[in-house]
Amino acid sequence: MSQAWLVLHTLPAPFFTSSTPLMPITQGAEALLFKTSLITTDTPAALKYRPPKPYRHPILDKKLTKQRILAEARVLVKCAREGVPVPRVLAVGWEEGWVGVEWIRGGTLRGALNEWESKRMGTYIGKSAHEDGGEEAEEAEEAVKDLMSRIGIAVGRLHQAGVVHGDLTTSNIMLRPTTQSPSGESQEHEQSNGSLKDEVVLIDFGLAAQSVQDEDRAVDLYVLERAFGATHPKAEPFFGDLLRAYGDSFKGAKVVVKRLEEVRLRGRKKSMIG
Amino acid sequence: MLALGLEGSANKLGIGIIHHPPSSKTGPVNILANLRHTFVSPPGEGFLPKDTAKHHRSWIVRLVKQAMRQAGIRPEDLDCICYTKGPGMGAPLQSVAIAARTLALLWEKELIGVNHCVGHIEMGRSITGAENPVVLYVSGGNTQVIAYSSNRYRIFGEALDIAVGNCLDRFARTLNISNDPAPGYNIEQLAKKGKHLLDLPYAVKGMDASFSGILASVDILAAQISEELPEGKRLREPESGEVITPADLCFTLQETVFAMLVEITERAMAHVGSSQVLIVGGVGCNERLQEMMGMMARDRGGSVYATDERFCIDNGIMIAHAGLLAYKSGVRMNFEESTCTQRFRTDAVYVGWRE
Ligand SMILES: Nc1ncnc2c1ncn2[C@@H]1O[C@H](COP(=O)(O)OP(=O)(O)O)[C@@H](O)[C@H]1O
Ligand SMILES: [Mg+2]
Repeated sequence: MSQAWLVLHTLPAPFFTSSTPLMPITQGAEALLFKTSLITTDTPAALKYRPPKPYRHPILDKKLTKQRILAEARVLVKCAREGVPVPRVLAVGWEEGWVGVEWIRGGTLRGALNEWESKRMGTYIGKSAHEDGGEEAEEAEEAVKDLMSRIGIAVGRLHQAGVVHGDLTTSNIMLRPTTQSPSGESQEHEQSNGSLKDEVVLIDFGLAAQSVQDEDRAVDLYVLERAFGATHPKAEPFFGDLLRAYGDSFKGAKVVVKRLEEVRLRGRKKSMIG
Repeated sequence: MLALGLEGSANKLGIGIIHHPPSSKTGPVNILANLRHTFVSPPGEGFLPKDTAKHHRSWIVRLVKQAMRQAGIRPEDLDCICYTKGPGMGAPLQSVAIAARTLALLWEKELIGVNHCVGHIEMGRSITGAENPVVLYVSGGNTQVIAYSSNRYRIFGEALDIAVGNCLDRFARTLNISNDPAPGYNIEQLAKKGKHLLDLPYAVKGMDASFSGILASVDILAAQISEELPEGKRLREPESGEVITPADLCFTLQETVFAMLVEITERAMAHVGSSQVLIVGGVGCNERLQEMMGMMARDRGGSVYATDERFCIDNGIMIAHAGLLAYKSGVRMNFEESTCTQRFRTDAVYVGWRE
C-alpha cells in the first residue's frame, strides 16, 4: 500500500517528540493509524490520529474531530463495561485529535472475505478437477456462515448495550486470532488477513451514538448489509445467517429485523427517483 | 458507429449524437451534437411533471432536427436510438420515450433504453479518462456513492431522505432566488459572498447521508433574517455583531452539505482502496464541491475528475454514449420492452461492456 499520506502529515503532540517508535499502519476512512505502545512499553497500542481535514471549514472541522474522538472514547469505555467485543481505550487527546486503544492482532473482516472470495474463484476456475476442492470449499462456506452468525451476535450485544455504530462495514470489523484458532501462532506484529474462525472485534466508533431506537439499530444493519452487497457479493447470500443470529441475540432484536425491511424499502424507493 | 440519445427525465430536454469507432477497434469517441433546452419555473416554484412533459413534447422535434443538421448525418446513418428508461419523473420520461419509439419505427432503427445514472457515469469516465474511480453522483433527484465491481455499478452510500440537489433547490425557493439558469448555480454564486459559518446539523451515517433535517434548520435560520423583521430582531453573528445575510446562509449550507458528501466519498474510497474520484450529476458542476473533493483526494495521494456543465447537467449525449456501449456489447431491446420507469436502480444494470 502506498504511504503517500505519511509525508503529508505531522504527528500530533505529544507524539512528534515521543521516543516510543510509531509504526505507520494504514490510512483509514478518516484517520491515520499507527502502531505504538502506551502506558508500558510492552502494551502494544493502536494510535488513531484524525488530522485536520483541509477541505472542511476550520470551525466545522474542529467541532467534528473533537466530537468524534470523545464519542469514540466514551462509547468504547461503555462497550467494554457491557461486554461488547471492542478494543480497550488507553489514552485520549481530544484537542489534538487522537485516541490510543488496545492493539488488535489479526486483520479486518474485509481482508478475510476477500481472501475467501478469491480462493473460491480458484476452486471454481483453476482447480475444478481437484478432488478435495469441493469439500474444502464447502468447509469454508460453513466457516463463513458461522462467522456471519458471530457477527450478528456481536452487533446484537452492541445494540443491547444501548450503542449504535454508525459505520458498520467490513473494514470496521476485525478478526482476532484466539489461542485455539489456526492463525493463533502467526506473527504478533504482522497485520494479516484474519481467519474466518477468529474472534469478532468491533472497531472504529467515530460515528457511534447512544441509542436504543429500533430505527437507528435497523439503519446500522442496513449499512452493514449494503457494505456486504457492494464489496462482498459472494458473502451477501449469508447475510440471512447474520440477521437470524442477531434476531435471537436480545429481547427486541426481532423487531429491529422487521424494521430493517422498512428501511430497505425506503432506500430503494428514494434512490430510484431521478 | 452512430447513436442518437434522447434525455428528458427531469426539466432538461437533451438530444445528443455520438460517434464511436466500430466494435473491433478502440479509439476516441466523437460528439457530433449535444443540444439542450431547459424548462425554467418561476422563482419560488419547482417544476411540475405535467408542465415539464408539455415542454419536452413541444421542443423535441425541433431539437432532434437541429441535432441531425448539426451532426450532418441522415437517419439511415444511425445504428440505434437511445432514450432514458429511468429513473426520473413519470410524465416527462414518457413523453421522450414515445418520441424515441416513434423515431425508431419511422427510421426502422434499434431502440436502447438507458439508465440515467449509468449514462452520467459512462460519460464522465469517457470525458475525464478516469479508469476506475469511486463515483459521486449528485443531482436534484439523486445522491449516490458508487463503485464498480463485477459488472455492476454498486451503490455504497446514498441519501437516506432527499437528494442533495433537492435540498439546495428547495432552499433557493425559500430565499426566492431565480431558477434561471439553475437554482443551485445561483446559490453557488451567492455563497461566494458569504463569510459566516453558522451551526447546522451534520448527518452522516457510514456512507449514507441525510439532508432533510439540514434543510429544515436552514429554513428556520432564513426566517430569522427575513427583511420583514425589524433590523434589531434579525439574526447576528455573535462575535462581530454583523447581520447574517442570505449569502452567509448559502455559504453555511454549501460548506456543511459538501463536507458531508466529501466525507462519505472518502469513506468509500478507503473501503475499496481507490484514490480516484469522479463527480457527476448537476451538483457536480459546483466548483466549491470540486475544490473540496480535490483537497480530500490529494490527501489520499489521488485526484478528482469532474466535467463542465455540458456533461454534468442532464444531457442527451450521455444517453447516446451509454446506449451505444450497451448496443456494442450485444444488448437488444424488443419494441414491447421499450417502456420507462420512475424507479430504476443504478445497480440493476448489467454492465457487460466492462471487464
Ligand atoms: N485497535 C486496532 N488494532 C489493530 N488495527 C487497528 C485497530 N484499529 C484500527 N485498526 C486498523 O486501522 C484501520 C483504520 O482504523 P479505523 O478505526 O477504522 O479508522 P477510520 O475511521 O479512519 O476508518 C482499520 O480498518 C484496521 O485495519
Ligand atoms: Mg474504519
